Amino acid sequence: MAVSGAAMVFFLLFHALMNLVSIFSESGYEAICEFLGANWYAVVGTIGIAALMSIHLVFAFILSWQNYKSRGSDRYAVVAKNEGVTWASRNMLVIGLIVIIGLALHLYNFWYKMQWSELCGNEPASGIQLIKETFGNTFFSCCYIVWLFFIYLHLSHGISSLMQSIGWNNEVWEKRITAIAKVLSALITLMLVSVVFYYWIIY
Amino acid sequence: MNFTLKIWRQHNADSKGGFETYKVEDIPPEASFLEMLDILNEGIVRKGGDPVAFEHDCREGICGCCGLYINGHPHGGFKGTTTCQLCMRKFKNGETIVVEPWRAKPFPVIKDLMVDRSALDKIIQAGGYVSCHTGGVPDANAVLVSKHDADLAMDAASCIGCGACVAACKNASAMLFVGAKISQLELLPQGRIETEERVKKMVAKMDELGFGNCSDTRACQAVCPKKIKVTNIARMNRNYLWAKLKGKH
Repeated sequence: MAVSGAAMVFFLLFHALMNLVSIFSESGYEAICEFLGANWYAVVGTIGIAALMSIHLVFAFILSWQNYKSRGSDRYAVVAKNEGVTWASRNMLVIGLIVIIGLALHLYNFWYKMQWSELCGNEPASGIQLIKETFGNTFFSCCYIVWLFFIYLHLSHGISSLMQSIGWNNEVWEKRITAIAKVLSALITLMLVSVVFYYWIIY
Repeated sequence: MNFTLKIWRQHNADSKGGFETYKVEDIPPEASFLEMLDILNEGIVRKGGDPVAFEHDCREGICGCCGLYINGHPHGGFKGTTTCQLCMRKFKNGETIVVEPWRAKPFPVIKDLMVDRSALDKIIQAGGYVSCHTGGVPDANAVLVSKHDADLAMDAASCIGCGACVAACKNASAMLFVGAKISQLELLPQGRIETEERVKKMVAKMDELGFGNCSDTRACQAVCPKKIKVTNIARMNRNYLWAKLKGKH
C-alpha cells in the first residue's frame, strides 16, 4: 500500500505540474501532450500507473477485510471521537472508492479521447481544447472540484501514513512529516483545482 | 454523587450479552471508577444477585488489568489515566455512564466486563525477551547507553499491556503494544542483538492471533493511558522491513 501509494503521489505531482502549464502556455501544454501521446514510454508509464493503482486497490480491499474480521461481530454501543483522529484516516477506503469513481469520469473525458484514441489509430483530440470544453461546463467543473477535495483528503492522510508504514517516522520528524504531508497534498490539489477554476471562471 | 449505569452483562463467552441498568447513589466524588463498581456490587450481593465481573489488581495504574470501555472511550477517555485512576468527580452528577468490555476478536469476553487478553502474553512469549548469559553484575558504565535512547526505551517500557490500543483501534490492531515492546528492547544494546528475529516472530504471532493491521488513525495513541507514541510502530515497521530484506531467521 505504502509503496504503490508513494508512486502515485509522485505521479499526481507530475500530472499537476503538467496541468499547470496549460494556464501559462497553451502551446507548451500541447507540446507536453504531443510529447507523451501514444509514445512507447507514455504507454509503459500508463500501464505502470494502472498496475500500481490496481495493486493499491486490491491491497486496500484485502487489508480492510482482514481488519473487519479482527474487530469481531460485537460492536460498541457508544463510540466517541478520539482527539487527533481525523475523519479521513478512519474512512480511507470510502474516500478511495469515491476517488476511483471520479477517476473513471476523468479517464473518459481525457485519456479515452487522447492516448486511447491515438493507440486505436485515430487522430487524438487536442489536450487544450478538451480542457476548455470540459471545464467550461459547470457540471463537470463542480464534479472535478468535489473529486479533487476527496483526493486531498486521501492524500492528506495517505502521505503521512505511508511514511509511518515504511518506518520513516520518528520522535523528531513526527510533526514535520504531518506538516509536509498536509502541505504537499494541498499543493497538489491547489495546482489541479486552479486549472479547473481558470478555465471555468476566468478564461 | 448519583449515577445511572448501563453495564454490559454476559454470563460467559458463548452466551449472548446485553445491557442492564443500575442506579448508584451517594458515591463519594473522590471514589475511583472501580470503587464505584465495588459499591454497586455490594448492593447487588446484598440483594442476592450476581455481581458485575470486572478485572482489577494494583489499582494504581501499573498492572494494566482494569480495562473498561466507558462512554465510548477506553479507560473513560481522560488523558494518561487508567480506569482505576479515574475519579467519579470527572463525571457529572446524575450522568448516565455506559460501560462495555473491550471488543476485539482476539479478546473474547470471559464474563461481563472481563475479557481474555492472554493474546498479548502470547505475543510476548513469541519474542519479547532478551537471551543472555547470567553471571556477575557488570559495571554500570561497561555498556554505554545515550540518554536519548534510554529515555525512549523507558517511555516504550511504560506500556502496561492493558489493551486499550486494541480496544480503540477500528481494526483491532495491537501494533502500538507490539511496537512498544519491540522498541523497549531494541533501543538498548542488550536487546538490539535479537531485534530482527524478535520483530519477525512477534509480528507473525500478532497476525496469527487475528489482530488487525495498522491504518494509522492514531486512535491508539490518543487513548493510551501511558501515552505511548505511534513512532514506536514506525520503529517496528522499520525493523520488520529490514529483517525481511535481510531474510535471516
